[in-house]
Amino acid sequence: MSITEDEARKVAHLARIAVDDTALPALARDLSGILHFMEQLNEVDVEGVEPMTGVTPMRLKRRVDIVTTGGMADKILSNAPDAREGFFAVPKVVE
Amino acid sequence: MSDLNKLTIAGARDALAKGDTTAVELTDSCLNAIDGAGALNAFVHNTPDLARQMAKAADERIKAGNAAPMTGIPVGVKDVFCVKGVPSQAASRILEGFRPEYESTVTQNLWDAGAVMLGKLNQDEFAMGSANETSCYGPAVNPWKVDDRKLTPGGSSGGSAAAVAADLCLAATGTDTGGSIRQPAAFTGIVGLKPTYGRVSRWGVIAYASSLDQAGPMTKTVRDAAIMLGAMASVDPQDSTSADRPVPDYEAALTGDIRGKRIGIPREYRVDGMPAEIDALWQKGAEMLRDAGAEIVDISLPHTKYALPAYYVIAPAEASSNLARYDGVRYGHRAKLGQGDGITEMYEKTRAEGFGPEVQRRVMIGTYVLSAGFYDAYYNRARKVRALIKRDFDNAFADGVDAILAPATPSAAFPLGASDDTDPVAMYLNDVFTVTLNLAGLPGISVPVGQDRQGLPLGLQLFGRPFEEGALLNQALVLERAAGFVAKPERWW
Repeated sequence: MSITEDEARKVAHLARIAVDDTALPALARDLSGILHFMEQLNEVDVEGVEPMTGVTPMRLKRRVDIVTTGGMADKILSNAPDAREGFFAVPKVVE
Repeated sequence: MSDLNKLTIAGARDALAKGDTTAVELTDSCLNAIDGAGALNAFVHNTPDLARQMAKAADERIKAGNAAPMTGIPVGVKDVFCVKGVPSQAASRILEGFRPEYESTVTQNLWDAGAVMLGKLNQDEFAMGSANETSCYGPAVNPWKVDDRKLTPGGSSGGSAAAVAADLCLAATGTDTGGSIRQPAAFTGIVGLKPTYGRVSRWGVIAYASSLDQAGPMTKTVRDAAIMLGAMASVDPQDSTSADRPVPDYEAALTGDIRGKRIGIPREYRVDGMPAEIDALWQKGAEMLRDAGAEIVDISLPHTKYALPAYYVIAPAEASSNLARYDGVRYGHRAKLGQGDGITEMYEKTRAEGFGPEVQRRVMIGTYVLSAGFYDAYYNRARKVRALIKRDFDNAFADGVDAILAPATPSAAFPLGASDDTDPVAMYLNDVFTVTLNLAGLPGISVPVGQDRQGLPLGLQLFGRPFEEGALLNQALVLERAAGFVAKPERWW
């Protein structure tokens, strides 16, 4: 199956990656090539096979639902491109 | 002692114990070697002050008589591991300036054992690549060459492989999602071990594909891999997939006795177009194991052919989720915004500027296969095929096979810039012998076994049973001894 330029634009937007219109044909071609390669999977009989989530047969670990860490807002904000008054700052989201 | 940087971990440990050298001397020797190896572009963030300070502490610990096997051993750390206060950006522009406020479990374990941090090592961006060419630092260069062309050290752990092969450090950490430890190890003539999924904690390792990623040692010898795995592995409450199993003494498993072990030769790994040299090396490896008393049996892993397409659905799907966190809000790069740009433009511009082409491609493929209408056709189907690939291995082991022998790579190291970036699939074919293991979560080790016609190193892989790294390392030791690979790259850098 091939990806059209419109579909490539949609995927780029879903992935939140700005792609220039002039780059869309090449992107669509790349993605189509990769999807074509993946289509070999259609040859496999997967009837009755459960999709695998993890390789180790183990139950996901649980722990007591208590606070074990915290009180380090300054550390969490220390790498932010823009942090003010104890918050991450971003462009205005609501009017 | 001269050329201390050329020592193995085991050799340095013995020299330190005897007082023949000090951790400070060892560290200085490596720092000098690093200073003279800029052309390899292996180390990308150097931490000499930290190294000397850690070396001093190691010497005091040795003097006090409570040294651990890695105490005073200078190591390099792949950029993908978070090291507190040291740039850790997985070779991506999007994490430019990021200095973690915390330490990965693997590196913490190494520092607790007394190892010395020399710096951060080059890699493919977010570990996505097989030639180290997707790095924001530019590619690391293989210390091996045959003419004036620069060769790839492989990827994604290319900086780690180049640094160990060129004796810039005694050993290095790597991570392996689809072959990223074993392929570069084979390209540079060193040993690379990918442990069983869950053996080594993923906490603090910048994620690519969480169900496949596993950290492991890249070393000069099999014994060193045993020593270093023992220091890296742990049971970690911070990683919910960390296995609740005590860490055994891997070095104690190195008896050199593999009599009666059954080694499987999977017929599906004899792929079309495989160079005769690789095939001959594989047969030679099987003979070495047979001469050591192992029984060589032909086996079938019928779904091998589908491992690559399954991998290139599952890994990008997981990557697209993992890399969603890079949005210009909490850390790293944020794009300069234009008049009227809102938060969506901030995300889209930041990610377009911060991610390189291959990362963008994989994030978009992952987004596509997870999107409504395609989830079942691609992602769920790939996960079903993954279950069949694992079942192939389960069946082989249930039939009494102890380990599996296969080539590590379909070729020796190739020139940098040789790959066709208009054909991503061609590059993915490099991983044909390595991805199966990640899909099945099994341990595997690449051992240098020979050289091609031009003198470049070639490696073979052994795959082991889950959590039996000790037995696997022992089989690898036999292969290493029989192969007697001692060649080193001639210094040109």
